[in-house]
Amino acid sequence: MQTAALLIVFLPLLGAVIAGFFGRMIGDRPSEIVTTFFLMVAAALSWFVFYNVGFQGITYKVPVMRWITSGDLDVSWMLRIDTLTAVMLVVVTTVSSLVHMYSIGYMHEDDSRPRFFSYLSLFTFAMLMLVTSDNLLQMFFGWEGVGLASYLLIGFWYQKPSANAAAIKAFVVNRVGDFGFALGIFGLFWLAGSVSLDPIFQAVPGLAGKTFNFLGYDVDIVTTLSLLLFMGAMGKSAQFLLHTWLPDAMEGPTPVSALIHAATMVTAGVFMVARLSPVFEYAPAALQVVTFVGALTAFFAATVGLVQNDIKRVIAYSTCSQLGYMFVACGIGAYTAGVFHLFTHAFFKALLFLGAGSVIHAMHHEQDMRNMGGLRSKIPTTWLMMLIGTLALTGVGYPHVIGFAGFHSKDAIIEAAYAAHTPNNYAFWMLVVAAFMTSFYSWRLMFMTFHGTARWGHGHDAHHGDHAAHAAKHDDHAHDDHGHGHGTHEPHESPMVMLVPLFVLAFGAVVAGFVFSKYFIGVGHGAGAVDPYKVFWGKAIFEGQQNHILHAMHDIPKWVGWAPLFAMLSGLALAYVYYIAVPSLPATTARVFRPVYLFLLNKWYIDELYDFLFVRPAKAIGRMLWKGGDGAVIDGTINGTAASVGWATGKVAKVQTGYVYHYAFGMLIGLSAILTYIIFAGVGR
Amino acid sequence: MIGLGHYLTVAAILFTIGIFGIFLNRKNVIVILMSIELMLLAVNINLVAFSAHLGDLAGQVFALMILTVAAAEAAIGLAIVVVYYRNRGSIAVEDINMMKG
Repeated sequence: MQTAALLIVFLPLLGAVIAGFFGRMIGDRPSEIVTTFFLMVAAALSWFVFYNVGFQGITYKVPVMRWITSGDLDVSWMLRIDTLTAVMLVVVTTVSSLVHMYSIGYMHEDDSRPRFFSYLSLFTFAMLMLVTSDNLLQMFFGWEGVGLASYLLIGFWYQKPSANAAAIKAFVVNRVGDFGFALGIFGLFWLAGSVSLDPIFQAVPGLAGKTFNFLGYDVDIVTTLSLLLFMGAMGKSAQFLLHTWLPDAMEGPTPVSALIHAATMVTAGVFMVARLSPVFEYAPAALQVVTFVGALTAFFAATVGLVQNDIKRVIAYSTCSQLGYMFVACGIGAYTAGVFHLFTHAFFKALLFLGAGSVIHAMHHEQDMRNMGGLRSKIPTTWLMMLIGTLALTGVGYPHVIGFAGFHSKDAIIEAAYAAHTPNNYAFWMLVVAAFMTSFYSWRLMFMTFHGTARWGHGHDAHHGDHAAHAAKHDDHAHDDHGHGHGTHEPHESPMVMLVPLFVLAFGAVVAGFVFSKYFIGVGHGAGAVDPYKVFWGKAIFEGQQNHILHAMHDIPKWVGWAPLFAMLSGLALAYVYYIAVPSLPATTARVFRPVYLFLLNKWYIDELYDFLFVRPAKAIGRMLWKGGDGAVIDGTINGTAASVGWATGKVAKVQTGYVYHYAFGMLIGLSAILTYIIFAGVGR
Repeated sequence: MIGLGHYLTVAAILFTIGIFGIFLNRKNVIVILMSIELMLLAVNINLVAFSAHLGDLAGQVFALMILTVAAAEAAIGLAIVVVYYRNRGSIAVEDINMMKG
């Protein structure tokens, strides 16, 4: 068992090392095979561990090695295998292995595939380190490791300036969150005397309600620390105000978007909140903030997703929105529902992203949905997979009975939000509205891409210019490999190596919901009997004495269960009217509600706001220090010194005329001066 | 009666002429050598005058010593001038400024 855990975590690292350092030596194809094979092994072992932990109740810790011992600080590398970890292991390794496999097909035109696969495996290793961590420092290591891998992969096509900018943006925005996370870790160490999870969890109940003095205010300790930790989660999970990096991260290759920016890394924040549930449970005020930020993000991202035209950006905002759902679940205490949504979301969102990648592949790296349409007959398999993904995302199912994966998890969150009785039920209503918009933009994506009239045959040359920046070599390779000329841009179905991952994920997107529902979130009824979710989770998730949300969510009015379905159906109907029945309607609406449309199209102007508030002042300060501080003062001083020395020596050198009689004159003047001095000052007298 | 003061005056005049000979001279190096010689002689007059005045022969011994050194110096100086003329083709003071900074 311990070996299995070690293999799961370190096989990806081994793969990354082999592909990264020896990829050039062993070649492209062996690098792909080695990394993919290792990940497949890790995935198989993860399911094995998942079964043992979740259904046999075997939890354990695997010590790896000591790390830091300094005074009170004693940190070891330790793998903590409990249900929450096992769920994350399954999610990460499964999606990662499928993405590895998919990338063999998707990236086959690229020149530096070993590098790509090495980064993918490195990311997987860091993510596994994060989810298996037994102490906050190791978690932080994984946290930064996935950030690094994300940076490397967003900027994978480093010839593109936009990709580099997006990579830097992702890194910098995450630093803001990490600042809070690091402070939270420091605070917990300060109070609990340890960064290991168990001592912290033991110490927190004793700290509840205590305050400390900060700038004259008495501040609740646990609330403050929880908020700081949540700040880290907001950065990593792209919550409102720190979400700006996620849509830009779509500059990376599509498999990367599927793995990192949909299924795994961005859920690290949700995982962290769930993992630290014993801390958050003692900070009700912090949980209210979590709920509010989650609901706001779910709503905000969905509104922006309504009007985006880039197929990947629509899904990116969808991811952002779904992460909001997960945080709402955590905020109201239904951590397991949040993790359940994380679990199902990984399947259908990875499916949607990889499906979108398949579409992009078919369209020769065209991402604008306005240049798609009518693709269903050209790429029927991809269409079917995307359809399943969309059904799962929008949460299709018969209320209280059965449905796609997203139905079980998302509706559970919405019901829990109702049961939580937030002020005016704002969380519930925002999530329902977000569900409506989710449905609209998902079906909009489907209709614009696969249905309606084909908009890709003509006018290709026009948009080709726009995408010239998109690494011209990819286009060239595409033509070479497929024998297509510029004139005939026939979309083509993806190869099997790309479709098989879609099938697996589609299977997950269909069944993950109803198979695991009762284990993740329980069944609610049957008082007295032990709810299966308690057995499944064991001690992995802590719920406070007052926290009965998972029972309450099953005892709510029937109509609450129907509300999301109604929202979903109306979203579908509206999307149908807009993009199939009356295709002129979107343009008309955009014209009539132009301010609203522009507001949404420009993502609530948050990028512009940040540009104004932070980027420009930072640039101005930097420019001032550069031109003024560095250029004028420092360089001025040094260059000035050098220049004045040169000037002075030039003058002095003029004295050296080279005429003997000048030197003689000088000697005489000096002699007479000394004599005069001796005589008049009376030296020696 | 010609006293010490007169001798010293003559020596001072000669010395000053020597100085001015050095740096008012724009013609050639030989004049400079001659001026140096003049200054040495002025010093010699001083030495001899003080020697006679104080009744100490050391001063006159010194004067003979200086004459010897001056002769050697004149020989070396003229040799340099000859070599210099051979190399540069001129011994005009204006042309000798290779040490210019």
